[in-house]
Amino acid sequence: MSAAVSIRGLATRFDEHWVHRDLDLEIEAGELVSLVGGSGSGKTTLLRQMVGLLLPTRGEIRVLGEPLFGGGPERERALRRRFGVLFQQGALFSAFSVFDNIAFPLRELKRLDEATIRDLVMLKLDMVELLPRHAYLMPAELSGGMIKRVALARSLALEPELLLLDEPTAGLDPDRSDSFVRLIRTLGRELGLTVVLVTHDLDTLAGLSTRVAVLAEHRILAYDTIDAVLRIDHPFIRNFFLSERSVRALESAKRLGD
Amino acid sequence: MAEATLIVASQADGGARVAISGRWTLAAIADDAAALAERLAAQARPETAWDGLGIEALDSAGAMLLWRAWGRRLPALLLLRPDHLQVFERIAKADRLPQPGSAPTSPFAWLMATGALALTVRRQTADFVVLIGSIALDLLRLLRAPGELPRREISANLYKGGVRAMPVTALVGFLIGVVLSYLSALQLRQFGADIFIVNILGMGIVRELGPVLVAVLVAGRSGSAMTAQLGVMRVTEEIDALATMGVSRSLRLVLPKVVALAIAMPLLVLWTTAIALVGGMVAANIQLDIGFGFFLHTLPRAVPVANLYIGLAKGFVFGIFIALVACHFGLRVRPNTESLSANTTASVVTAITVVILLDAVFAIFTREIGLPRL
Repeated sequence: MSAAVSIRGLATRFDEHWVHRDLDLEIEAGELVSLVGGSGSGKTTLLRQMVGLLLPTRGEIRVLGEPLFGGGPERERALRRRFGVLFQQGALFSAFSVFDNIAFPLRELKRLDEATIRDLVMLKLDMVELLPRHAYLMPAELSGGMIKRVALARSLALEPELLLLDEPTAGLDPDRSDSFVRLIRTLGRELGLTVVLVTHDLDTLAGLSTRVAVLAEHRILAYDTIDAVLRIDHPFIRNFFLSERSVRALESAKRLGD
Repeated sequence: MAEATLIVASQADGGARVAISGRWTLAAIADDAAALAERLAAQARPETAWDGLGIEALDSAGAMLLWRAWGRRLPALLLLRPDHLQVFERIAKADRLPQPGSAPTSPFAWLMATGALALTVRRQTADFVVLIGSIALDLLRLLRAPGELPRREISANLYKGGVRAMPVTALVGFLIGVVLSYLSALQLRQFGADIFIVNILGMGIVRELGPVLVAVLVAGRSGSAMTAQLGVMRVTEEIDALATMGVSRSLRLVLPKVVALAIAMPLLVLWTTAIALVGGMVAANIQLDIGFGFFLHTLPRAVPVANLYIGLAKGFVFGIFIALVACHFGLRVRPNTESLSANTTASVVTAITVVILLDAVFAIFTREIGLPRL
């Protein structure tokens, strides 16, 4: 399998402040990768660079085997349609109903007729475990968990191969967050998605990821399975994973997973 | 990448055998979805055998195309890989869910719309009265505790709504003065009544045009800004945060805006009126050869000073109402972009309408005042 995301020699600078330096990361297709790191370590920045919202100061990012920029607007647009992004607050278009939000990327293709779009939207709603009657609600009428689900349905509308999630469970209660994690895991497996997510939440991390990328000291400190990462002796990893609270969370997640 | 293809082969018993192969994904089929759907529909008969073993990739968009061609069920004769079959099972599951029907439209829809409109007007009026009431209560409270006067907010609003508005009001005022003077001069010269240009400009600008012009500009400039600011503060729950700290939103957010515009508007009216008169004076000098000295000397006789007081009073009242209307709509913003834009528009339109209405009221009540005795 080829690499879904390949980052080489990435460096990012905001004014005088270096966020990343010589950062390398290869994510194989089909992996569920959690990107973790302390506050201000540039996780979200890295994610935004992966989707082409931010330009790195130096270095190259290839997504699905292709460079993000260059080759004309047509090629860039075609590449962007091959990955879906779930923003932290959902970023639903507040002027559109749930239905129109999910239908929007499909309509933008300008190739599908309205009846097909309708069927596809209803299918996506079902995939994220929402009911058809939810389709006509406005984003302002949705709960936090539903917003995330609708946003997930929208990011899946164009049948992406790669899904990038920014803090998918932030702001959800533990119960909702568990069921959202389960949903992402199921969909990831069924649709054969590569998933990259930024998270602070150890439950999410342990429940979802096949691999963990630890971002610290301006680079990827470790990229391996959770168990292997836990064995690395580094102050950040000790603090993040091996505090009493973290150990409890990891153990309970492991019990749930078995 | 192999494209989505279907190959049709006739069988001995008269039925057809359709082999589907290639990539049935959104990216691959999007360009000729309609053509594919047509070709599939042509083959969709109960006795057709479908062979989907050659499919390389299948996503829900590709599956949906097939599903629709098959009449929303799996055909009786179908060969498919198990993981692809799963995609169809998901579609079948979603199809089984009851679809929400659209609500029937009532024959009295127009009546209901009228009623809803009336109720909205009633609620808006009530809210507006409540807003004025709470400002009045705040003022009473301030009389007892003058220390609570939000001085910094008032001065910030004075600067934003008053000082920063000076360039644009001056520019517009000057140009209006020039245009008005030029057009009047053309007419007056025909009657040889050149010197009446001073009366026309003086009365028109000082009494009517100055205050209304400034009010329209301030409503568009500061009014919309106030509505948007309060609206976003509501969306980000900043107003709720203030309330939990025991800070009155009308005292801290609404009152400073009202007070600031009540002070700034008369000053802006004075400023704009002066600049507009200068514009008129310049144009009159060029067009009718009326000297600056003569113009300035004639002005006080042509325009009694009461007119200036009327203009300033108008500015004061207009300022209060523009701020009140802006805050009223700002506090009604719901947390979505549509509501923000609708309320900002409503704020500006209502403010300008209210200003024109108030101007008419002023015209009626001051009809005996300030007219030069002939």
